Amino acid sequence: MLISKDDRLSFEKSKPGRRGVTLPRERFCSADPLQTVPKHLLRQSPLLFPEMSESDIIRHFINLSRKNFSVDTHFYPLGSCTMKYNPKVNEWAAHQEKFTALHPLQSEETTQGILEILYEMEEGLKEITGMDRFTMQPAAGAHGELTGMMLVHAYHASRGDKARRKVLVPDSSHGTNPASAALLDFHVVEVASDAHGCVDLKDLERHLDEQVACLMLTNPNTLGLFEKNILEIARLVHEKGGLLYYDGANLNPLLGLARPGDMGFDIIHVNLHKTFSTPHGGGGPGSGPVGVKKHLIPFLPAPLVEKAKEGYRWAKGDPRSIGRVKLFHGNIGVIIRAYTYLKVLGREGLLKVSEAAILNANYLKEKLKPYFQVAINGPCMHEFVLSLKSCGAQGVHAGDVGKRLLDFGFHAPTVHFPMVVPEALMIEPTETESKETLDLFVEAMKQIAHEIETDPENVRQAPFTLPVRRPNDVLAARKPILSYRDMVREKALAAEVAA
Amino acid sequence: MPYLSLTDEDRGSLLRTIGVRSLEDLIKDIPASLRNARISLPEGLSEPEVRALITRLGRKNTTTQDCLSFLGAGSYEHFIPAAATEIAGRQEFLTAYTPYQPEASQGTLQAIYEYQSLMTELTGLDVSNASHYDGATALAEAALLTLRQTDRSKVLVARSAHPHYRETLRTYLTGTPYTVEEFGFDANGNFDRNAFASKLDATVGGVIFQTPNFFGVMEDLEGVSEKIHANGSLMILTADPLSLGVFKSPREWGADIAAGEGQPLGLSMEFGGPYLGYFVVSQALMRRIPGRLAGLTEDADGKRAFCLTLQAREQHIRRERAGSNICSNQALCALAACAYMTLLGKKGMREIGEINCDRAYYLRQKIAKTRNFQVNTTQPIFNEFRVISKKPFAEVELKLKTQRFFPGVRLETFYPELKDQFLVCATETKTKEDLDQFAEALSQC
Amino acid sequence: MDFPENLRYTKTHEWIAVQGNKGKVGVTSYAQQEISDVVFVELPKKDQAVQQAKTAAVVESVKAAFDIYAPMSGKVTNTNKALEANPGLINQSPYGDGWLFEIELANAGEVNALMTAQQYRDTVQQAPKH
Repeated sequence: MLISKDDRLSFEKSKPGRRGVTLPRERFCSADPLQTVPKHLLRQSPLLFPEMSESDIIRHFINLSRKNFSVDTHFYPLGSCTMKYNPKVNEWAAHQEKFTALHPLQSEETTQGILEILYEMEEGLKEITGMDRFTMQPAAGAHGELTGMMLVHAYHASRGDKARRKVLVPDSSHGTNPASAALLDFHVVEVASDAHGCVDLKDLERHLDEQVACLMLTNPNTLGLFEKNILEIARLVHEKGGLLYYDGANLNPLLGLARPGDMGFDIIHVNLHKTFSTPHGGGGPGSGPVGVKKHLIPFLPAPLVEKAKEGYRWAKGDPRSIGRVKLFHGNIGVIIRAYTYLKVLGREGLLKVSEAAILNANYLKEKLKPYFQVAINGPCMHEFVLSLKSCGAQGVHAGDVGKRLLDFGFHAPTVHFPMVVPEALMIEPTETESKETLDLFVEAMKQIAHEIETDPENVRQAPFTLPVRRPNDVLAARKPILSYRDMVREKALAAEVAA
Repeated sequence: MPYLSLTDEDRGSLLRTIGVRSLEDLIKDIPASLRNARISLPEGLSEPEVRALITRLGRKNTTTQDCLSFLGAGSYEHFIPAAATEIAGRQEFLTAYTPYQPEASQGTLQAIYEYQSLMTELTGLDVSNASHYDGATALAEAALLTLRQTDRSKVLVARSAHPHYRETLRTYLTGTPYTVEEFGFDANGNFDRNAFASKLDATVGGVIFQTPNFFGVMEDLEGVSEKIHANGSLMILTADPLSLGVFKSPREWGADIAAGEGQPLGLSMEFGGPYLGYFVVSQALMRRIPGRLAGLTEDADGKRAFCLTLQAREQHIRRERAGSNICSNQALCALAACAYMTLLGKKGMREIGEINCDRAYYLRQKIAKTRNFQVNTTQPIFNEFRVISKKPFAEVELKLKTQRFFPGVRLETFYPELKDQFLVCATETKTKEDLDQFAEALSQC
Repeated sequence: MDFPENLRYTKTHEWIAVQGNKGKVGVTSYAQQEISDVVFVELPKKDQAVQQAKTAAVVESVKAAFDIYAPMSGKVTNTNKALEANPGLINQSPYGDGWLFEIELANAGEVNALMTAQQYRDTVQQAPKH
């Protein structure tokens, strides 16, 4: 048995008297200072934390870790998530005490090394994307989008252009796009996709007027296609006085090939946890630096790093800055990893990455075409979308294929997204996967396609080989039990009912 | 580059399968005018070279380990158990994606569930999310939550709360129909009760307090939640989670939301991030909490299982009608905090609180005896306090720097009226000798 | 699939039972099937004014949130509290125990804009399945 059968929570393994760590016994004050604190400031309710030994805690968490798929153990063809390999030298760099032991409010002369990294990372991003200045503060892609929407608002407000309350997003966009715009109270309007999955120019023109603040775009889009009319789109939006926002989720296949800045984008965010190989951590932390063209620099969150004769320093904030979007300077540990990656990549590495990402995706698409319907024919960039619509007769949904793949040791692709494709299965192999891995994946998909015909029930019920079968998510949502305390209460209630 | 697996032969074979001659045939959609941008970057480095570079850059930093540091103000130097570092470094956690496929993510999901359980226990409130970016952003979103819930337009915040929290809050509310107003503090650094009461009107949706506040003072919030609730508003409390083993919890103070910075729970200072925004709400606000939630359920065989739940609140489903746009969070930081809290356990959480108080009170007493520095020795504090210098602080700082001290955070930067005052922080990482040495150095100033 | 004759229907799949100046509102059997398992219902507040064809409630499944539009304008007089503990009633009994809210009608003439059972059956049976 490789995976532990024990599914108890730490709280349920607790036993009074055990402890996981010892702390200094010595007290320096002659009298306990807490005796002088007014009683009503002190905690009255007991703190029911688990009591476990260090060895038990280690076993507890290591066994949990083994119930996970991860990039280090499995292939993750998750569309739009860019689950590439996370290099270990990045981890080494970020764990250096010379960085981890830095306090964020230390003086400039004691932090020249980290300021240089922030400066150089910004320079690299500027080169790669064709933008003029970056803030490193945003903690994630969505946080970058929010920052971007704040910049859009500040820019139009500075020009007294108050009527611009509309933000356009394609109907294939990530949910974070409309949600970010709505936070700034913008009115979100969807632009239709054309038959090729690209922005429908006619529909775009219909929506473009003097009220448009911005168009948010992912390019290549979520169908894995390059918006070939991008220059025309940029011209149309700018002509009406709107700004163009680039969602960097799909930047990976453009490395060294083409730059959002040259396409006409005014604002962009880059997901360092996608394109720059930093680990996803089970959901975060990421990092979402936001870059702008010259006319938007004054509005960037302060402070920014600049290079002076005597070294690196924090630049004086512009009074037009939108202000701080984060407690301190950003997710520095993630930025150090991305910087290390950029240094290993170098100029010539950029093209190798985008080339392999595009080749791998097109290869997979070609190999899967005999077995599944491809949403849009023709070459793709770094990802493509299959539609499982035709499997409706067997009662098999895209999500079921994803679940069955888990039994073959592959993580599921992104399922049911983008919403413009019915029963979508979105596949992004990334550049770090070998041909052999892709071939094994194709074999698994082939077998599943066969099963859909011969034994659809097996696909509908999968997976069978993981620590758990499909969790009942309807039950979880109807009766939310979100903590150990909820569990205890639930149990007591059940006992009462039984009695 | 060692991260790519395609050989020249593979590349040829892939191209043949795809049925094209070269990459160029696949990227014809990219307009020619966009190609061939001149990208000025140096050549890539080998691993030994990149390690030498990182080491060289690291040496240009002087860290809190190279000096004796008393810096706090929102980022704290604490002991991190080796076992906690091991757990958070585990690659199966580190390199996993968001647990949207629960069958392949029970490890991450159960860890999040335990984190949520620990945070509800610590704060006393009912529902914790799986993490937010950091304390400042968690607080800003908490403010938005109260405004939506109450359908009101203004949020009040104590000026004794962290200046960066307040600035982030202002940034978040600019461009929205909402406003933020502040109420001041008294000479001792406690929030001003009269100012608070006078600003509490029918437009106020939420009120934010921090304890210990930015000056390290444990705020006395007696009677505060009653006033806020009587006004139909909600109370947000941001507390140092490490203080909650000994000091009153947000629930005990009557708060509806506990939101703030979880960095003290076993995360290194790392020049400001990645940190951990914690976000815990009362049952009544469960449907409005931003971010991911792990829930308990059972699988098709009736076996215990965890999955993300109440997802219809979130941006990937509700799009422009979602209450928040958060997607990626700080899951790995939450895992580190979960491991930290589990290791400290019931006794450890109380002891760590006691030890922080002990170190700070001891140092404060010592500084009280110096000639040129003044402190208030009767105020309840946790691990940080305000020092008033009779000499220009710049001079003091310069002198102490040559003796390899980071004496503390200058308050004038944030509060222009607080000239020559600074914040000093002492946690369990300081030995008696450290504290004596620092007090001695101050007495020589 | 069931299409009770005494109800009037919207093209967004709500039904209303009109009785004098009162109306009882719910979603159709076709809608509950499309929504799949209902996990939560956000109901309007008592006394809230609702407008014909404007959002009045939200019904959530695990993977989606659906706006429910008021079939007719009026003031909410009552909501179905049983749905809080048991949102699945909508799936089990969309025309009965799974009703959503009751309104005092502002304009009884609005009913003429709604479909009869026969008309609604025709639209639903033409609708593409997905």
